[in-house]
Amino acid sequence: MDELDRQLINRLQHGLPLVRQPWEALAEELGSSSATLRARVQALLEDGTLTRFGPMFDIERLGGAFTLAALSVPEQRFEEVAAVLEAMPEVAHNYRREHAWNMWFVLGCATPEGVAETIARIEAQTGLPVLNLPKERTYHVGLHFAV
Amino acid sequence: MTLTLDHPQSLQLRRLLEAGLPLVSRPYAWLAEQVGASEQAVLEQVRQWNEGGLFRRVGLVLKHRALGFRANAMLVLDVPDAQIDAIGHRLGSAPGVNLCYQRPRRLPQWRYNLFCMVHGREREQVERQIAGLLAAQGLSELPHQLLFSTRAFKQCGGRFAPAAERAHG
Repeated sequence: MDELDRQLINRLQHGLPLVRQPWEALAEELGSSSATLRARVQALLEDGTLTRFGPMFDIERLGGAFTLAALSVPEQRFEEVAAVLEAMPEVAHNYRREHAWNMWFVLGCATPEGVAETIARIEAQTGLPVLNLPKERTYHVGLHFAV
Repeated sequence: MTLTLDHPQSLQLRRLLEAGLPLVSRPYAWLAEQVGASEQAVLEQVRQWNEGGLFRRVGLVLKHRALGFRANAMLVLDVPDAQIDAIGHRLGSAPGVNLCYQRPRRLPQWRYNLFCMVHGREREQVERQIAGLLAAQGLSELPHQLLFSTRAFKQCGGRFAPAAERAHG
């Protein structure tokens, strides 16, 4: 990753201008060319640095629902339970964390009922109780990484 | 070619956008061709969605671990209910706190009601940063825990077309 990649990633975390030729606008800002910037983003997607590029809908505003949930998984069952979650399209992230509640995941569903159903399915498939911690209030969202 | 999108066109545009923005010089013209509308109508629709707050973000989703942000800490605090808004806003606006949410307690299993995410390159640096943050805010005495992630099993940008609309596609 070179300086231009870094500038591009930092800039794109704040969005792409909503104009007909957004890359031209960005190229002017960064002193590059539209084709170069697009090729850089393509390369960053291909090498896995970026997982996605483009506007992302807020599922809650569309009637969908998210929740953060956790499981306390016995050590010898960890891989097995992780594989159960991996196979579910509703699971958006899954992290192992150092705590008695050692598996933390985000569910994204089209409806609030979908969240409840998914939790019931996870409990049935794993035999483990789910700690369901839906967000009640947002104080700050600003997921920016200076690279 | 129409000046505004009808309902099926805007649904189709949403589905196309869920796959990401095409990496072409005029992405909205490309999308317009797919949905059978004008570039201007597509751009207007996207602007309206953006102004209406329907996008969580317009840019990109980073695989932050691949970029060296491997120390990912979830700071959880047990905050008295009467103070949660004040403390939530203060911690949420503190440097280095990427996300800050109130979530429910689940007693007796779970006592913490305020969640902050802090990402960094090194664990020790994140620990120092959080200790400094709590001290500066006078919050070190509040019951709290730091949950570092040690492994990411799944990290995707999410594709959430509501089921009823997914059936059309």
